[in-house]
Amino acid sequence: MQKQEFTITVYTENQIGLLNRIATIFSRRKINVESLNTSPSEVESVHRFNIVITETEDVVRKLCSQIEKQVEVLKAYYNTADQIVWQEMALYKVPTSQIAEKVQVERLLRKYGARAVVIRHDYTVFETTGHREETDALVAVLEPLGLIEFVRSARVAIIKDSVGFHEKLKEFEQREPGEEAAENEFLSENEQIFTM
Amino acid sequence: METLQAIPAPAVQNKTAAITSQSGSYAVMDALVQENVKTIFGYPGGAIMPIYDALYDFKEQVKHILVRHEQGAIHAAQGFARASGEVGVVFATSGPGATNLVTGLADAMIDSTPIVCITGQVFAHLLGTDAFQEIDVINITTPVTKWNFQVTDANEIPAILAKAFYIARSGRPGPVLIDITKNAQLQLFDYAGYEPCNHVRSYRPKPIIRKSYVEQAAKLINEAERPFVIFGQGVILGRAEAEFKAFIEKAGLPAAWTLLGLGALPSDHPQNTGMLGMHGNYGPNVLTNECDVLIAVGMRFDDRVTGRLDKYARQAKVIHLDIDPSEIDKNVKATVPVWGDCKETLPMLTELLQEKLYPKWFQRFWDHQEKEKNTIIDQEMHPASGTITMGEVIGVLNELTNGDAIIVTDVGQHQMVTCRYAKFNESKSHITSGGLGTMGFALPAAIGACYGAPQRTVVAVIGDGGFQMTLQELGTIMQFGAKVKIIILNNQFLGMVRQWQQLFNDKRYSFVDITSPDFVKVAAGFGINGQKVSEREDLKTALKAMLAEDGSYLLEVMVTKENNVFPMVPQGRGVGEIVLSAAEIK
Repeated sequence: MQKQEFTITVYTENQIGLLNRIATIFSRRKINVESLNTSPSEVESVHRFNIVITETEDVVRKLCSQIEKQVEVLKAYYNTADQIVWQEMALYKVPTSQIAEKVQVERLLRKYGARAVVIRHDYTVFETTGHREETDALVAVLEPLGLIEFVRSARVAIIKDSVGFHEKLKEFEQREPGEEAAENEFLSENEQIFTM
Repeated sequence: METLQAIPAPAVQNKTAAITSQSGSYAVMDALVQENVKTIFGYPGGAIMPIYDALYDFKEQVKHILVRHEQGAIHAAQGFARASGEVGVVFATSGPGATNLVTGLADAMIDSTPIVCITGQVFAHLLGTDAFQEIDVINITTPVTKWNFQVTDANEIPAILAKAFYIARSGRPGPVLIDITKNAQLQLFDYAGYEPCNHVRSYRPKPIIRKSYVEQAAKLINEAERPFVIFGQGVILGRAEAEFKAFIEKAGLPAAWTLLGLGALPSDHPQNTGMLGMHGNYGPNVLTNECDVLIAVGMRFDDRVTGRLDKYARQAKVIHLDIDPSEIDKNVKATVPVWGDCKETLPMLTELLQEKLYPKWFQRFWDHQEKEKNTIIDQEMHPASGTITMGEVIGVLNELTNGDAIIVTDVGQHQMVTCRYAKFNESKSHITSGGLGTMGFALPAAIGACYGAPQRTVVAVIGDGGFQMTLQELGTIMQFGAKVKIIILNNQFLGMVRQWQQLFNDKRYSFVDITSPDFVKVAAGFGINGQKVSEREDLKTALKAMLAEDGSYLLEVMVTKENNVFPMVPQGRGVGEIVLSAAEIK
C-alpha cells in the first residue's frame, strides 16, 4: 500500500490533556505529524482537530481507531486530499522599502491572492491563504526581497461529503446505536464534560 | 500562575438537608464506600495526607493494606481485580509515589485490568513550580492509562471518581488515575452525596452488535470442516465463561487458550486442546495454520500468540469477536468482525449454530498432543532421575490442590511451565503479567488475590530472579497476614534469557547467572515459615506442609539449572514452525 497524505478530523470534548493523549498515538508509532490544528466545531462545546500525516491507508485506519478509543473522543475520520477542501494561511514580513521600490505591489497581491495586513515605514506584512504550493510560491517571490519572517498556519479542512457532525453522529449511531444513543441527540447542548 | 492561587469559591447551591459541608478527602472516601470498595492498597506521603486523615475515620468500612513500595500496591490491586472481577484501588502520594505506579499501570493497561489509582498532588498553586515531590503525573501516565484526570477543586471530586470507576470497569477494562491536589483534598465544599456514573457521552464502552455479522459468522462456522476457536481474557472480563462453554459445546468446536484466557474453560474440558503461542502446545499452534475457520474470542492476536504474522493462519477465514473495535484488523485481518460484549454475542451466535462433531479434526489435535507428550511432557513431568524439574512441582501441586487454587505467576520460564501444566477448574484462577511481562509481579499480585478471593488458596509461583525484584512485600504479608503460599522455582539463572542465549547467542551467558540469598532465612526474618527442597522424595511432603500452613509459607525448590521450555515458536517464525527441541532450531 502506497503512503499518501491523509487529513484526519477528530471531534472531541474540550479537555486538558487530550491533545497530549492524541499526540502520543502518533509519537508512540514514530509517525510525524505534519500539521495539527484544534478549533471549535459546528457543534457547540465539541472541539475539532485537523491532523495531517503521510501514511498508508491501513495505518491511518488503525490510528483513527486508536484515537476514537480515547474516552473523550467522539469520532475520528480520515480523508485524502481530494475528499476535503482545505486551506492554510501564511504571513510574510518584508521590508517596506524593498517592496515599494522593486515590486509592483498591486500585481503581486492580485497574482497570489495576498493582502497587506500591516504597512509600516519599516516593514509590511502580507497574508495569503491557500494550498501549500500557493503559500510556498509567494515565499519564493519575497525571498529575494529580503523576507524577514514567514509563518504558516496548520491546515484547516472541511470534509466535502460531510453534512456536519450531527448527521454523521446519527448515521454512526444507526450502525451502532449506543445504549444511551438517545442522549446524544442533545449533543449540541452545552453540557458539562460528561453527564451522569 | 497567580490566578491558580485563588481557587474559585464553589458556586452557591441551594442548600437542601442532604447537602453538607465536607472536605474533598471525605468525598473521596465516601465515593469509595459507595462504590463498595472494601480494600485499598496504598502508601501514604505528604501530598495525600488529607485523604489518609479521612481514611482514619473509615477504618471500620475500608481495609487499607500498607504495602512496602507503590509498585507493590498497584500489582496487589491488579491481583485483587483479577481474582475478584472488581476494581482494584490504589492510594499513592505525589512525585515518587506516583512514578512508582507506572509499571503497574502499564501492566494493567496492556492486560485490561480495572484499577483506580488516586494520587496526591502538590497544592494547585504550586503546579509547575518544581515543588517538593511535584511531578507531572498526568502526562507521565497518559500512555498507560485508559483515562486520567487532575482534580484541583473539591467540587469535582464526586463526579470525577464516579466517572473513574465507570470507565475503569466498563467496556474493555483498564487503569484510571485521578490526581488530586492537596488543596482540593482539604477544601470544604457543599457535598450533595455520591451518584454513580453510567454514561459518558463521548465514551461508548460496548458497540451494539450488528446482527448481520453474527449471521455471517454462524454461516462460516456451520460450513466449516476444520473450525478452531482461540479464546482470551475477554471471556473472563466479560464474565462469559458459561456462554463460551455453551458455544463450543453446541457446535463441537476445539478450543485453545491464550496466556490470559487460561482458566476461562476448565483445563480438563474435553474440547480444550491446550495453549497457544510461543511456548504453547504443539497441536494448537500447528493446527492454527490448518484450520479453515479461525474463531477468535476476546483476544488480541499478540505477537507471542501469532509468531510471524505473514505466516499466521493465512488459509483460514477469521471471525474475530471483541468488545474493542480497535482490536479488529489491528494485527490479523478479520473476515467477519463481531464487535460487542462476548456475553451478548456468544449466545446470539450459539443460537444459530448447528450441532456438529469433528472426530477426525479433533484426532489431529490428540495426535499432536501425543507427540508432544512423548517428546516433552513425559520428560518434564516424570523425569527418571536428576534434579527436580519445574513441571514436576506443578504436577504435584495439581495433585494436591485438585486445580482449585488460584495460581499467580511471575515472568519467565517458571511462568511458561506453570501455564502449560497447571490445572484449573474455574475462571479467575490464573493471574500473571501477560502483555507487559513484569518480573516482580507475582508476590504483590498474590497478596492482592488473597483479598480479592479470601476463601481461596492462593499459590504464587515465582522464579529466583523475579522474587528478588519485589520481595520487600513479604513485609506486607508479615503485617497484614495474607496467606500467600510462595513457591520459588530456583534454577539459579535468569532462566528464560539464559535459554535464549543458549539457543540464539551461542551459549554466551551474559549476566544471567544470578545469586540468591537464603530465601528461607529471608522469609523467617519476616516471620514467614518455609523450607528449601532439593530432593524429589521431599517434594510432595513439602508442598503438603506449605498448603497445610495456616498462613503464608515459602517453599524454595531447587530445580534443574539449564532446562529449556519447549515447544517453542522461535521469534520471527510462523506458528507452524514450532519446534520440539533445541536440535530443530537451526
